[in-house]
Amino acid sequence: MSKARRLKLRIFRTAVFLVIGAFFLVPLFAMFEFSTRGNSLTSPRTLDAWAQIVKVPELAKAITASLELAAITSIAMLVLILPTMVWVRLRLPTLNRVIEFICLLPLVVPAIALVVGMVPLYRWISINISDSILTLSFAYLILVMPYTYRTLDAGLAAIDLKTLTEAARSLGAGWGTVMVRVVVPNMSSAILNACILSVALVLGEFTFASLLAFENVQVAILYVSFVSAGTSIAVALASLLFTFALLLVLSFVGRPRERVAAAEEAIFTAPAQVGEWGMRA
Amino acid sequence: MGNESLSESGGPRAGVEVRLEDLRRRYSGVTALDGLSLTLAPGELVALLGPSGCGKTTAMRLVAGLEEADGGRVLFGGRDVTDLPANKRDVGMVFQAYSLFPHMTAHQNVAFGLRLHKVESDERRKRASEMLELVGLGPHAHKYAHQLSGGQQQRVALARALAIKPTVLLLDEPLSALDAKVRSRLRDEIRRVQLEIGITTLFVTHDQEEALAIADRVGVMNKGRLEQLASPTVVYSRPATPFVAEFVGLTNRLPGVVRDGAVDVRGIRLPLVQPDAKDGPAVALVRPETVSLAADPKSDLGPLVGTVIAISFLGALSRVTVDLGDVTMVAQLTTSDAGALPMGTRVRVVLRPDAVLIARDEAAAVPA
Repeated sequence: MSKARRLKLRIFRTAVFLVIGAFFLVPLFAMFEFSTRGNSLTSPRTLDAWAQIVKVPELAKAITASLELAAITSIAMLVLILPTMVWVRLRLPTLNRVIEFICLLPLVVPAIALVVGMVPLYRWISINISDSILTLSFAYLILVMPYTYRTLDAGLAAIDLKTLTEAARSLGAGWGTVMVRVVVPNMSSAILNACILSVALVLGEFTFASLLAFENVQVAILYVSFVSAGTSIAVALASLLFTFALLLVLSFVGRPRERVAAAEEAIFTAPAQVGEWGMRA
Repeated sequence: MGNESLSESGGPRAGVEVRLEDLRRRYSGVTALDGLSLTLAPGELVALLGPSGCGKTTAMRLVAGLEEADGGRVLFGGRDVTDLPANKRDVGMVFQAYSLFPHMTAHQNVAFGLRLHKVESDERRKRASEMLELVGLGPHAHKYAHQLSGGQQQRVALARALAIKPTVLLLDEPLSALDAKVRSRLRDEIRRVQLEIGITTLFVTHDQEEALAIADRVGVMNKGRLEQLASPTVVYSRPATPFVAEFVGLTNRLPGVVRDGAVDVRGIRLPLVQPDAKDGPAVALVRPETVSLAADPKSDLGPLVGTVIAISFLGALSRVTVDLGDVTMVAQLTTSDAGALPMGTRVRVVLRPDAVLIARDEAAAVPA
């Protein structure tokens, strides 16, 4: 490739990177500006709107509820979907397509249709079991299913599940041990991805909570916006930043072993010599 | 397995008798195992050999408890384990696919089973190190699976399977993913370790050379049944059925006629392995090593005169293919002898009068 062409390519890449970066960052910057200055660019900067986040009791309660929902949904998703997927892959492979279809179904049903279907159910739950906002986790479990299924499916496809589980079983491991000590550690990245997706979806969810008359963080942002637009924007921005922080956690927490292993392999394979037993010496 | 046995240090554990009684298994209408009965003597290594789909892996999986039998029993040392789940059977298994846990080092892999058997940490570390030394991988204990070659991974898998001092060792084509040189060496290594420990071992393979080289006895399977169970020498030299003769080693299929307890093949009378064979047309199965060739440029006629049409170099030996007009024959000669018979040479075929097996393949059989 000629030098001129390389330069052109580099300029093009930089331009694309800048345009896309601006596309994502300008609205965030605008949100930050609005939440700290209001409508006027000449107004003095203040963090009053941000301070209101913890001072408005309904907002703090909604944030707590949304975080609890995110945690419950993620854990329930893992406990329910992961063992099911493993079991189907190992013991009932013919059902794989059926499970996939069921898990992906919520993707093609509009949220509003799902909620309408769930209204009678939630009416019954609120009368007979609990009217806590945490019961929303049932609905959220369905909401996150397609995304977590795809992520976990990719994670399972990346390992030789059958051989690993059979090896562990032959060594004396029960199914619980197989899951905790063999399956989960070998797909930690996929599990972390699925959790992050669940958390992001739950924290950003509005339709279910609003139509089922629960007040999660997104509904609370709407209510707060009627009183204080600056605070509602501050909460929305904080929610986005929290999700970004989780994505960063995914990037750094889920990778250390692979990084170390890759580094070790780089050292290991450097002087490639084949010795006895085909060892790389 | 009791913890007491695991905490014993070092010494070999006497093998136990393993008995498979009338094992049956069907998969959606297809019979994978059709009444397999087999007894492994304590400390014996039996290789199950057969083509793909013959049921050998199914048999091993039933012994391991990884699948449930439709009928029959599995007994370890007289104890019926048929209904026990895989994790309670006390077997060590090495798989065809690389089965090391990728998130663990070689040492952690070997220690995994010991931990499940609640062996104390000091003893666990010591024993895992001993097992890795046993398979010659002590210096590689800290490495992850992706840092080991295929042969090394299978040796770690062997150490891991043996670390828990299992009652039975099951080897499911553990060498098939390896290259020829490593395969041959690891095969010898497995045999050395097996003899050293004295563990009863079932070895499944589709590679006849591997089975014949490693086993005390070889069981040749076909269509879910055991066709022959005997020592490698007997299986090779006295095959019980035409299938065994053709599957184990090469055979020439020569049309002939059975008369009075012998078969006439192209004018030569050969004794039969099956003395009670009925008279009539048949196909004689003749080993290439019982065929020799003599250069005979002047001969144009005769049922055993032909032309060399191909030579396959195998190292010390070579296989020479001769066209006899209506049929081709393969002779196995030393490479130096084969060198004297270049392609196109007219040769006379000489058959050693060893007992041969016949197959009743009417379509192929024509009177000699």
